[in-house]
Amino acid sequence: MTAAVAVGVLVAAAVHLLLQRGQLRVILGFVLLGHAVNVLLLSAGGLDRRTPAFDGAGEDTADPLPQAFALTAIVISFGITLYLLGLLRADVPAGDGGEEETADGRSAAEGGEGGDER
Amino acid sequence: MSRLLILPFAGPLLTAALLFAAPRRHTAHRVAGLAVTAAVLALAVALLVLTRDGTVLAERIGGWHPLVAIGFAADAFSALMVTVCALVVLACLATTAAPGDDHDPLFVPLVLVLSAGAYGAFLTADLFNLFVLVEVMLVPSYVLVALGGGTRLGAARVYVAMNLLASTILLAGVGLVYGVTGSVRLGDLAAAARTSPTVGVAAGVVLLALAVKSAVVPWHDWLPRTYPEAPPVVLALFSGLLTKVGLYALIRVYAVVYDGDPAYHWVIGTAAMLSMVVGVLGALGEATMRRVLTFHMVSQIGYVLLGLALFTAASLAAAVFYLVQYILVKTALFLCAAAVHTGHRTDRLDRLGGLATLHPMLALAFAGAALSLAGLPPFSGFVAKFLLIRAVGDAGQWVAVTVAVGVSLLTLASMLKIWGAAFWGEPSGSDGAVPARVVLPALTLTIVSLLLGPVAQPLLGLADTAAAGLLDPDAYLRAVNGR
Repeated sequence: MTAAVAVGVLVAAAVHLLLQRGQLRVILGFVLLGHAVNVLLLSAGGLDRRTPAFDGAGEDTADPLPQAFALTAIVISFGITLYLLGLLRADVPAGDGGEEETADGRSAAEGGEGGDER
Repeated sequence: MSRLLILPFAGPLLTAALLFAAPRRHTAHRVAGLAVTAAVLALAVALLVLTRDGTVLAERIGGWHPLVAIGFAADAFSALMVTVCALVVLACLATTAAPGDDHDPLFVPLVLVLSAGAYGAFLTADLFNLFVLVEVMLVPSYVLVALGGGTRLGAARVYVAMNLLASTILLAGVGLVYGVTGSVRLGDLAAAARTSPTVGVAAGVVLLALAVKSAVVPWHDWLPRTYPEAPPVVLALFSGLLTKVGLYALIRVYAVVYDGDPAYHWVIGTAAMLSMVVGVLGALGEATMRRVLTFHMVSQIGYVLLGLALFTAASLAAAVFYLVQYILVKTALFLCAAAVHTGHRTDRLDRLGGLATLHPMLALAFAGAALSLAGLPPFSGFVAKFLLIRAVGDAGQWVAVTVAVGVSLLTLASMLKIWGAAFWGEPSGSDGAVPARVVLPALTLTIVSLLLGPVAQPLLGLADTAAAGLLDPDAYLRAVNGR
């Protein structure tokens, strides 16, 4: 129930921000939306359907798979958020996007490569 | 052999990592990019040979238990898609290698990461890994779409925002599927959505996100707004890979998780027909080559979805055949537009003219691909449309038949508009040079498409095998589950 309320509040705030003008608010909206989905992923776990990951783990161990999902999703959304912030900055002083692009490419590539570690 | 399934994904990714470390070596970039893509193409052809009789290869990375391992699987459909996408990447890299558009030190590595994600998405057998691999594909595309900066940044922002939203919805859908079934492996989800409406809703969120990514009407609006702003060759690459991954995943998820549930056929059919009509009508009003062609992407996606909506052996085979030949044709058309842009610095129809006299080879490549897109014999587009319309007619869906034929005629009208304005008539404006090396990749793809018309039998056989695998995913499930 707490998770459902948290997801609801986060999505509501995210939608509000996404519908605003202004690039920074939209980016923050995406950050919140990402958080909402991470909470959703964590609350999707449950050990009633599978045996604990390790022998000797107690009855109240968490389901490890959604945690791995959320971890991967955090890495990806972190990389993309950085890139979005880069796009935002590239817009302000017209004409010096070149160096910006390089930095963005690096961060984006790390986001991509971090994603396949799971 | 199944050990090699990881290579189409890992090879380009590792190469890209090395190339990121050596940013100023243009020649090394070009050679490595072409070489690794050619290697993937060879591997994909080998996979195609192995899977052509309906065999499914599966690999669990690290040999873990099927429940926790990262699973890759290749059936005829996956192998076909990897092959044709490797061909597209090869053509695009060859085109950029010619005029030196790839001087940006990030270009080749980003294209390789993008292609690695696409190959991985075709081979994965797990919804969460599908999300990850789609992200591996999209993150480089976010950078590529903005390469060059300037006015592209505005389009890049719309593009990133739309795809990020779709990705987030996809992830939420995967989370919901896990919440209601306890698994995200396709092997565990067989027909799950058909037996349980709850799973149907959860997987519906996944399908929705994939529909946004494939630019199905009513979620198509981002595509014609953003794609034409991308660098011309990048656009050709996107047209061949990005929306097609969404389409592949849509077909795969619907076939496995929903088991082709007839209750949803009307939804897919309606979206398909809307896409066909809206795309082709949108294209009629556009004024640059790339904008016209981008709107046609929406329309052609509708044709493939129409095959999925009927979910019969004939219609699925037609959809697979259509998808494969359409990727080749569309990339050829966009590469032609890129070549025109290289020579004349514009692709506005009112500023071009007489290209047929200036660049006869380019005109030949464009004419062939355009006629194939419109579905005229003897090109592959005719075979594809004929198969599809016959399958739709056999199912008694006469409205869909009428729409499909009508949209074909309007497609021809659009192609004639480009031909009449840009290629026919007296040369006007600048008479820029288009090097033969830029035209050659487009011409090659057109020739492949031309060959797939009269010599359609090998691809037809593969499409039939792929359709049989989608209709009855037993072999796929057994391979994925390691039994």
